[in-house]
Amino acid sequence: MAELVLSARGMSRRFGGLYANRDVSLDMHKGMLHAVLGPNGAGKSTLINLLSGDLPPSAGQILYRGEDISGWSPDKRSRAGIGRSYQRTNIFPAFTVFENCRLAAQSRTPRALRIFSKAVAFPDLRDAADRAIEQAGLAERRDVVAATLSHGEQRQLEIAMVLATAPSVLLLDEPLAGMGPEESQSMVALLKKLTPDHAILLVEHDMDAVFAVADVITVMVTGQVLESGPPDQIRDSVAVQEAYLGEGEPDDE
Amino acid sequence: MPLPRNKTRNYLPLVLLVLALFPVFGSSYYNELIAKIMIMAIFALSLDLLVGFTGLVSFGHAAFFGAAAYSVVLLSPKYDPGNLWLVLPAAVLTGAAVAFVVGLFVLRTKGIYFIMVTLAFAQMIYFVFHDTPLGGGSDGAFLNVKPELRIGEKVLLDLNEPMQFYYIVLAFLVVAYVFLRVLLRSPLGHALAGIRSNEHRMQSLGFPVFLYKLASFVTAGGLAGLAGFLSACQYGFVTPEILSWHQSGNVLLMVILGGMGTLNGAAIGAFAFVVLQEVFSALTKHWQLLMGAVIVTVVMVLPGGLSSLPQRLKGLLIGGGNRNG
Repeated sequence: MAELVLSARGMSRRFGGLYANRDVSLDMHKGMLHAVLGPNGAGKSTLINLLSGDLPPSAGQILYRGEDISGWSPDKRSRAGIGRSYQRTNIFPAFTVFENCRLAAQSRTPRALRIFSKAVAFPDLRDAADRAIEQAGLAERRDVVAATLSHGEQRQLEIAMVLATAPSVLLLDEPLAGMGPEESQSMVALLKKLTPDHAILLVEHDMDAVFAVADVITVMVTGQVLESGPPDQIRDSVAVQEAYLGEGEPDDE
Repeated sequence: MPLPRNKTRNYLPLVLLVLALFPVFGSSYYNELIAKIMIMAIFALSLDLLVGFTGLVSFGHAAFFGAAAYSVVLLSPKYDPGNLWLVLPAAVLTGAAVAFVVGLFVLRTKGIYFIMVTLAFAQMIYFVFHDTPLGGGSDGAFLNVKPELRIGEKVLLDLNEPMQFYYIVLAFLVVAYVFLRVLLRSPLGHALAGIRSNEHRMQSLGFPVFLYKLASFVTAGGLAGLAGFLSACQYGFVTPEILSWHQSGNVLLMVILGGMGTLNGAAIGAFAFVVLQEVFSALTKHWQLLMGAVIVTVVMVLPGGLSSLPQRLKGLLIGGGNRNG
């Protein structure tokens, strides 16, 4: 079995009386892509927010390499190697693509006290940023101000920024949303390339993409895990089919 | 790059030259006025670090300025000149230390709450000096003899001497300006720009944003302390008014008037504000009415502040023009 990196144990999150996540347990292993499916409101984004620290859990544990990190702040989790991307593009719109990624790389070695050095002069940060830009397929747009990128390119930048932080865990919240077919294809190729060295959690509505890249699929409904297993098992699951067909079409918001 | 290139930077050597030569031609009245403007410019620069470069709209910046000014009076001997080696660092540290303590609390809030709690803390400090005998109560206190810089018996700098004082203020303005320019291009400066742009993402990328904001707050407090030190030395007395919310409001208006997030704007804003204050108060008792009208006009017509005027004019001349300067 591959190395267990991040796992949730009986994790719940309540908003008032409503459970956005209820008793969720899942494991992420290095070298495996774990996809999460489910209709809208199933609690997929909440799941990512809980793992990344954007939301504290109401109950349960989050274990990172065996350590309980449920109380850790998002920045501490990020520095420990848990990187995430956002469903709604969350970038620095006034900065160039390069500066977005350079700043992301800077978070690994902050050098806050080097106040007499130029931020853009550190070669290691420049390299890390350029590598991430290259990986996300944005090399030609390197010096463009992020706000002027197309929607799909901003989605690519979203990924590039996470990659620039050299994480060991990737929590990706609908990275393909809003991408054209070509961009989607290259993103799927990138995910495949990244999988061997990372533990990846992928929340995605694009079924074709999910079944093409996932090693494990977890299906969530109303905040709870309905079924979890290899793609073939999920494809043939009666419960999953009922959940999807019974609830109407899974729309993509 | 996160910081917009500022074309007016080319004029800086000229501005410096004018400031350096001004006392040769100016009368003592105008020398004093320009010195006051330069002190206010340091104060406004320190606030611009928060408002324009970190995205923290502080409405209590007078607290650091005022606390430092009071520290000068309290640390100087009654009838002898204070030691500049001691009094100046102490004033800057006072500003920074007050900012550190205040920052520990206020930086946990955001937006309108941040504005209100910075104001609340500044008011607390105002009333400490206003209502207790610590600094002479509501009458304030005199700095009978201004500090001097000695090495052994030799007096190198004497702040009682107006000409020396003028050039010391000018030197500190240059130091403060260059320091901030250097700081802003450093990793710390870029991180602050990131926090201003998108604090949430900065945290998710792994930056401990609270510490960064605290560093910015303390640095701004220290620089405001420098301005407070110079102000106490210029007038030779301090009153609780320098800690009042009017003072916090005025410096915020300077930054807005000149244009946030450019440094040059803060200095231009300080210049415009003090000059307008002089001109209007000579015209009428109700000068604040005129000042208000000017500020409303500038904010509406020039959203980027006075420092965006050259670019704006250029845009108009070439045609089309860009809206936000």
